[in-house]
Amino acid sequence: MQRIFGLIKDRVGALLADGTVDRVIGWEKGEFLYDHTPAIFNAEDDLVDLVYDGFCASNLSKYLIDESKKDGKILALLKPCDTYNFNQLIKEHRINRDNVYVLGIECRGMLDIDKIRALGIKGIEKVEEQGDELYIQTIYGDKTCKRNEVLLEKCINCKGKEHVAYDELVTSGEDIPQVESNRFEDVEKLEAMTSDERFAFWRGELSKCIRCNACRNVCPICSCVECVFDNKDSVVASKANTDEFEENLFHIIRAFHVAGRCTDCGECSRVCPQGIPLHLLNRKIIKDINEFYGEYQAGQDTNSLGPLTDFTKEDVEPSIITEKGGEK
Amino acid sequence: MSIEKTEDSNFEPLIVAFCCNWCSYAGADLAGTSRLSYPANVKIIRVPCSCRVNPMFILRAFQRGADGVIICGCHPGDCHYSTGNYYARRRMTLLFSMLDYLGIERGRTRVEWVSAAEGVKFSTVMNEFSKTIHELGENKKLRDLRCKEFLD
Ligand code: SF4
Ligand code: SF4
Ligand code: SF4
Repeated sequence: MQRIFGLIKDRVGALLADGTVDRVIGWEKGEFLYDHTPAIFNAEDDLVDLVYDGFCASNLSKYLIDESKKDGKILALLKPCDTYNFNQLIKEHRINRDNVYVLGIECRGMLDIDKIRALGIKGIEKVEEQGDELYIQTIYGDKTCKRNEVLLEKCINCKGKEHVAYDELVTSGEDIPQVESNRFEDVEKLEAMTSDERFAFWRGELSKCIRCNACRNVCPICSCVECVFDNKDSVVASKANTDEFEENLFHIIRAFHVAGRCTDCGECSRVCPQGIPLHLLNRKIIKDINEFYGEYQAGQDTNSLGPLTDFTKEDVEPSIITEKGGEK
Repeated sequence: MSIEKTEDSNFEPLIVAFCCNWCSYAGADLAGTSRLSYPANVKIIRVPCSCRVNPMFILRAFQRGADGVIICGCHPGDCHYSTGNYYARRRMTLLFSMLDYLGIERGRTRVEWVSAAEGVKFSTVMNEFSKTIHELGENKKLRDLRCKEFLD
């Protein structure tokens, strides 16, 4: 990670110095060592604050909606998965492509601090990443763990290490092992339950929602200028008014609004302070789309029609769901 | 309609039918003028196209006391606006699947293609759907207790 960070920083510095770009969006240290936050850097000197390590999970593509409308060119540090959202936003005409310089950066997978803590590693003072090993300094002494044991959910199910959009790539040339996974595994488990079990599962999850709106605010696809949930007449604008029905409504509608556009970037689940597995909603829709209308990956390109803005005359009928056998 | 209605053996489901102005709505009319019966608890909401039905409408119908929601549109290929019902078909398939995934009984939602000439089909579909909802009983999973007052 040290090596790739050095390469990135050098390249960013050079591009700022030669005037290719005017600003940079990257990450800077947050309050804790594991919460690096998005930041804009306006000059080469500011780059002392730039960081890039296993705690730079936040997807910067959404910021480009506003940033690309300002004067001058902005350099965006995008990890492979972030570029899918970038493409989707280009497709939806939300980003002014001419004002963005995408520096595609290598990613070894981002870390989940909760998983590190769950290994009994507490009082963390420093995390050093060396290939597939993590060396962690804590107030109780030094610990180690395998990087793959503590990856974020979204990184276990990484779409691959290829950038789908970039102006330039920065890579270290090192081999990056990919974890074997089936992202639909948990969706399949839910599908196998009875509907009452599923209802109980989702009630248990969704009733935890405090309607902080973090999932919507972080989502690069939820970028409506005015969101339906901000309509004061909708009765869903705040948790105070929210009951069981509104919790269901918020999550069904939000998942539906991003149907066919969600790139499965995993940001919504990552930021949810209540740990609600929101990706299980999005992935259900993705799985259905793949099964009914053919494999589709949102953000793979910038010109294909999305599954809900397209049709074929032979599409399945909704009765495939309502009349499927078994318990109702 | 009160929330105690399940204990009531005379449970009368409330059904909301979104009908496309160009076909099913006329189909309902034809059923009426042909003196074909369909249950009185089917409340028809006329929409310009099945594609006009926003998933939010369906959820709101359940919130406000519907026990079943049916969307009727022109047969695929016959849409007044050429392609509206093709989009509606995909949208409803995914929405119904989502509701099923959340544990809502899947018989509570339905899509039917009914042309202006199919008065008989309209009446049969509504009778059938009403029977299904009768069997499923009251919608409890997607109701909003705050709407009770408003319904009573
Ligand atoms: S819904 Fe979640 S996974 Fe999908 S694009 Fe938005 S933040 Fe990413
Ligand atoms: S929830 Fe719907 S309306 Fe709100 S920002 Fe997301 S897509 Fe837009
Ligand atoms: S981030 Fe979590 S708690 Fe906040 S609104 Fe979304 S689901 Fe609810």
